[in-house]
Amino acid sequence: MSEIRRRDPRREWIARNRLHPEHLSVLAEQGGGAASEWLGPNGVIRKNPHAIGFIGPNGVKRIDRSGAQQGGQAAAAGTRAAQDSRRNVIIETPAFLVAVVPELSGGRLSGHDKDLLGLARRLADADPEHPGAVLAVVFGEHKEDAFGEAGIDRLLHLDDDAYVGFAPEARLAALSAVERELAPRHWLLPDSPLGGADLGRRLALRLGERPATGVWQIEADGEAPLGWRCTARGAAESLDIQRPLPRVALALAECAEPVDETRHAAEPLSLAEAIPSALSRIEDLGQVAVDPAGVALAEAEFIVSGGNGVKDWDGFHHAAKVLGATEGASRVAVDDGFMARDRQVGATGTWVTARVYLAVGISGAIQHLQGIQSCDKVVTINLDPGCDMIKRADLAVIGDSAEILAALVAKVEQQRGGQRDAA
Amino acid sequence: MRPEQQGVEVAVLVSVGRHPITGRARRADQDARGLELALGLERQLSGSRVSLLHAGPRGEESEAALRGYLGMGLESLTLLEQAEGSDAIPALAEHLAAAPPQLVITGARAERGEGSGLLPYALAERLGWPLVNGLAAVEKVENGVATVLQALPRGQRRRLKVRLPAILSVDGAAPAARQSAFGPARRAELEATSVAAEPDQELAQWQLAPARKRPKRLKIVKAASARERFKAAAAKAEGGSGQVLTDVTPEQGAEAILKLLEEEGVLR
Repeated sequence: MSEIRRRDPRREWIARNRLHPEHLSVLAEQGGGAASEWLGPNGVIRKNPHAIGFIGPNGVKRIDRSGAQQGGQAAAAGTRAAQDSRRNVIIETPAFLVAVVPELSGGRLSGHDKDLLGLARRLADADPEHPGAVLAVVFGEHKEDAFGEAGIDRLLHLDDDAYVGFAPEARLAALSAVERELAPRHWLLPDSPLGGADLGRRLALRLGERPATGVWQIEADGEAPLGWRCTARGAAESLDIQRPLPRVALALAECAEPVDETRHAAEPLSLAEAIPSALSRIEDLGQVAVDPAGVALAEAEFIVSGGNGVKDWDGFHHAAKVLGATEGASRVAVDDGFMARDRQVGATGTWVTARVYLAVGISGAIQHLQGIQSCDKVVTINLDPGCDMIKRADLAVIGDSAEILAALVAKVEQQRGGQRDAA
Repeated sequence: MRPEQQGVEVAVLVSVGRHPITGRARRADQDARGLELALGLERQLSGSRVSLLHAGPRGEESEAALRGYLGMGLESLTLLEQAEGSDAIPALAEHLAAAPPQLVITGARAERGEGSGLLPYALAERLGWPLVNGLAAVEKVENGVATVLQALPRGQRRRLKVRLPAILSVDGAAPAARQSAFGPARRAELEATSVAAEPDQELAQWQLAPARKRPKRLKIVKAASARERFKAAAAKAEGGSGQVLTDVTPEQGAEAILKLLEEEGVLR
């Protein structure tokens, strides 16, 4: 009895007629009020075009054809879905291991590391029946907490004083122990001056492999011993070498897309046997204080740059000296003869890559903003709150540059003086 | 000169370079920097001797390139003559093991062939010597221990002590090479000895091609809807999320800047 659909032509008619006084109540009965599509009694999809859309903030009906927004609540649900869209992947019994030694510059995974982990995932997930696991070997302290998001299944964290600074021999001994115990199928390292370029070459020769260096592309290839073929840069970036992928590969940045759809377990792992301590013939005496004025502007880490708004140039030079920053300048300051031409930052001068760029009295011409595109943090001291530099800056202080610089110098000197007394 | 500062024997390994634009043979940039470093060391420590070593085929073009090093103020160069396409590492290792110098200086990577930068590492592994890469300067050599400065990214330097004999590899951070003088280069000697050559068979099997331009990475927008795609395409690169401090005293402003500088760790 209940399986027979009974139609009520009158109610259907009311549902179609939005001018009918009972229209809304009938719609609400039919399908939750806002149903714009339902299955009719004959199995045909029926649409109510008037139920589409929502009432906007000004009381006007808005229709969003993209389907992203269906009133206030639906939008919130959509953002929640975007946050949780990563699939959790746990690989219990991996068929093989892909070992990655990230460089971890500044204690965090760099972009280069993430690309490399993307490459490792490609190698590990090539056969969905027998997936491999990505093992990351991390030396020393780190500040990273998203190892799983970067695509790491197993994490081997080796924290010991022996690995601090330049310690290739101790690190090599640790990697050799990993090789003996876990025998990964692939070793991947970044071909970057600070991290893997040195360690990777040492490791390859210790393992008796001829590594591929400067790898920027890999393709599956059934004939190669490991099932992959790679393209590597050679001869001062002038050659592309195609060869079977060896066990040890040193890859360039942007060699693969970083992982962004899955979240992995990053299970901590430890070695069963102790790592033999290596006799070191190289002793690290620590970093040397370098003269910031001698550092090339393009590679300086911290730049204090002066522009048209600087009136007290002696104070500016003194501040740069106390802060230990490399000096830069805008075009106006150079044209007016306050700074040398080789200090000019911007399209005509140098494109800088500083981590912190302190712009003093620079309004931010487009040519100057181009030159500081790749700076991480921009701080500006300026009199005009409406200028373009303020829009770019992470921290902007509106005020007289000479006074603020003097206060900054006083604070830094006071802090250093205090430290010296304490010591 | 103090008595403990005795001279050291330095061997500089040089290769035939390749001009990046014309493709002609020239003295390789990093190797020339290495030689410049060695010559500076010779001036610093009296009694030091610098010798030049090259393994490879002898031809008109490569000879002209090798004479570029001799024009920097040396009288002779030892050439281990090998056929084209042979592996230089065994020959060099044998030569160095026969008469071990205290320091071997070499460029980080070659400008021709595979250019993988493996040679210094392979020599270090074969000879069992320590290796320091990215050398910027040799500060002093005392009692069989060299104090050197290693170049780090962003113009930073690190001081290392390394026990001799050692291999030091040089990249762009080392002092720039002096000009090569033509006359002395013509007059200097090339002492060629032919050595047994092992052909590099792996290299012969690989496919070499002029470098293609690498594809530029595209910004991937993973948006489910047209609205999100449009938003991503039309968004400005810089979101104006910066903090602006107006109407503050200079002290408060300086305090905020100092806090940021300390967070970033740029104050030393």
